[in-house]
Amino acid sequence: MTAITLRNVSKTYPGGVEAIKGVSLDIGDGEFLVLVGPSGCGKSTLLRMIAGLETITAGEISIGERVVNNLEPAERDIAMVFQNYALYPHMSVRQNLEYGLKNRRMARDEIARRVEKAAGILGIAELLARKPRQLSGGQRQRVAMGRAIVREPAAFLFDEPLSNLDAKLRVQMRAEIRHLQRSLGTTSVYVTHDQLEAMTLADRIVVLNGGVVEQVGTPMEVYERPASLFVASFIGSPAMNLVPLQQARERAAIAGLVNGSVPSGLSTDAVLGVRPEDMTVGENGAGADAVRFAFTVTAVEAVGAESYVHGNLQGGAGDIAVRMPGYHRLEPGTVLSAVTAPEKLHFFAGASGQRVDRAGAAQ
Amino acid sequence: MVENRPLTNIVTHGVLILGAAVFVLPIWIAFVASTHTGREVNRGLTLWPGDQFIANYTTALTEGVATAGAPPLALMLFNSTVMALAIAVGKITISLLSAFAIVYFRFPFRVLAFWTIFVTLMLPVEVRILPTFEVVAGLGLLNSYAGLSIPLIASATATFLFRQFFMTVPDELTEAARIDGAGPLRFFRDILVPLSRTNLAALFVILFIYGWNQYLWPLLVTTDESYYTIVMGIQRMLATSDQLPEWHLIMATAILAMIPPVLVIVLMQRLFVRGLVEVEK
Repeated sequence: MTAITLRNVSKTYPGGVEAIKGVSLDIGDGEFLVLVGPSGCGKSTLLRMIAGLETITAGEISIGERVVNNLEPAERDIAMVFQNYALYPHMSVRQNLEYGLKNRRMARDEIARRVEKAAGILGIAELLARKPRQLSGGQRQRVAMGRAIVREPAAFLFDEPLSNLDAKLRVQMRAEIRHLQRSLGTTSVYVTHDQLEAMTLADRIVVLNGGVVEQVGTPMEVYERPASLFVASFIGSPAMNLVPLQQARERAAIAGLVNGSVPSGLSTDAVLGVRPEDMTVGENGAGADAVRFAFTVTAVEAVGAESYVHGNLQGGAGDIAVRMPGYHRLEPGTVLSAVTAPEKLHFFAGASGQRVDRAGAAQ
Repeated sequence: MVENRPLTNIVTHGVLILGAAVFVLPIWIAFVASTHTGREVNRGLTLWPGDQFIANYTTALTEGVATAGAPPLALMLFNSTVMALAIAVGKITISLLSAFAIVYFRFPFRVLAFWTIFVTLMLPVEVRILPTFEVVAGLGLLNSYAGLSIPLIASATATFLFRQFFMTVPDELTEAARIDGAGPLRFFRDILVPLSRTNLAALFVILFIYGWNQYLWPLLVTTDESYYTIVMGIQRMLATSDQLPEWHLIMATAILAMIPPVLVIVLMQRLFVRGLVEVEK
């Protein structure tokens, strides 16, 4: 059983920069946890603190039953996959895989057994004699994962392992990592700035911003009930439409907002959010309680199966994007109306950015 | 060059051949002189080899130039080899270790240590030769291999080069090694040194030749002829008072003195060139 626990973990750099501000997390045994956030949010720092590559200023990290604050990386029983793979360039693939085990003075036949097994799992058996520079990006990625697997560690740590690959390979390796982690059942922490990777890989997502945890939850929880404005704008592509509520109402850009569909006691600077994919252009399927947005088209992005219509809300109350299935050509300047169901609306307090729920809404 | 004009070709080749000739001619004359008898050489320059090749080289290697009191060449070649190897190996070892310390460890006065080493770059042996001699004499190292090589080992060039190279090694490699359970010395031995292989070869060649060609320093610290090195030995052969210098033997010595550095370059050429032009990471 290898759970990883973080208790009020903080990191302050010598210059006084606070990279991590009191993060607490419980990572369950066998769980695939993804740390996601924009660059500079501290996600890599947090991972490197778990790995032991960065010191911990305050708080406590334990892996399994052990507090590891003062243990060397090699003593923490973890394996890490780096963004640029960090393969030893002068060693063959086999030597790369063996190196960590040899340093542990493991028996030769056990090393050979583990290397063969990992090479089999990853399909790199025929590459064992090659040097890293003779491998393609995807193959290097596999070797880097192989080096983690042969250790049979208590936890895998991934530091943006796919960001050096091209788009197609990235999707393929993403699926492989997911499959591999499931079949090995090893607790994993994965860092990425790509919210799509986070959504598809994670058992649970941790959204980090400025060294603080904004939200922890399953991908669907984070998508459906973003806890703050930051999460709402970060998760989902294209991003959620965020409209200043009061302004939009005054300028009649939104119709059909009845008292029941808006939380009570909202401040005047509250923000309304609605995802482009939750809106429909026209009146098709609009219920009696539908909320309407009036806007002027500024541009259309056609991506094949669907089109995203970008526009200005009536009276200049804000920008909006709406998803339309299929291919559409709309002249800029066309005035349209889009509808959504009231339960698809999100509300955030303007000052704190925190989510505000309607009374009686399902928790 | 995309142009292909016959005249340009002739001119460029002409210039190259002339340049090559200017470099090769003295060596050729030295070789020719080493194959004639002393009398023939003193009569004037000839351009074709004579028939005394074996006789001259045998004399030079086994007996030396008797008139100058210089030891046989074989001994001087051996002395030069010992000195050049000691300097090359010593410098590389020390500078690898000090560059490793400076780049990978945080210790007090680290930057000061680096700049102190760096400043010695500006003080070649010739500048500090008197104080260095005083120190070596005080330590009783005159007329010894240690005295010949140790003072020349202390210099910053190689340290500086290795420092620059180590700083280009990605941090992730260090971190991967830490996770793989490699301590500092194991990381140094298993990762850093193998990565520096081409740099090592290039430096070895350069430093070997540097050591081999030392002239002033061996001249100062050796009075016992059994520690003479070959480069200074040649000079000693000229210092005859009442006789004509034995030019045929001196030239044979010069040719022999050139062979080891040339051998080192030829044997390590492939690695040497790679070390100068590319860094494999």
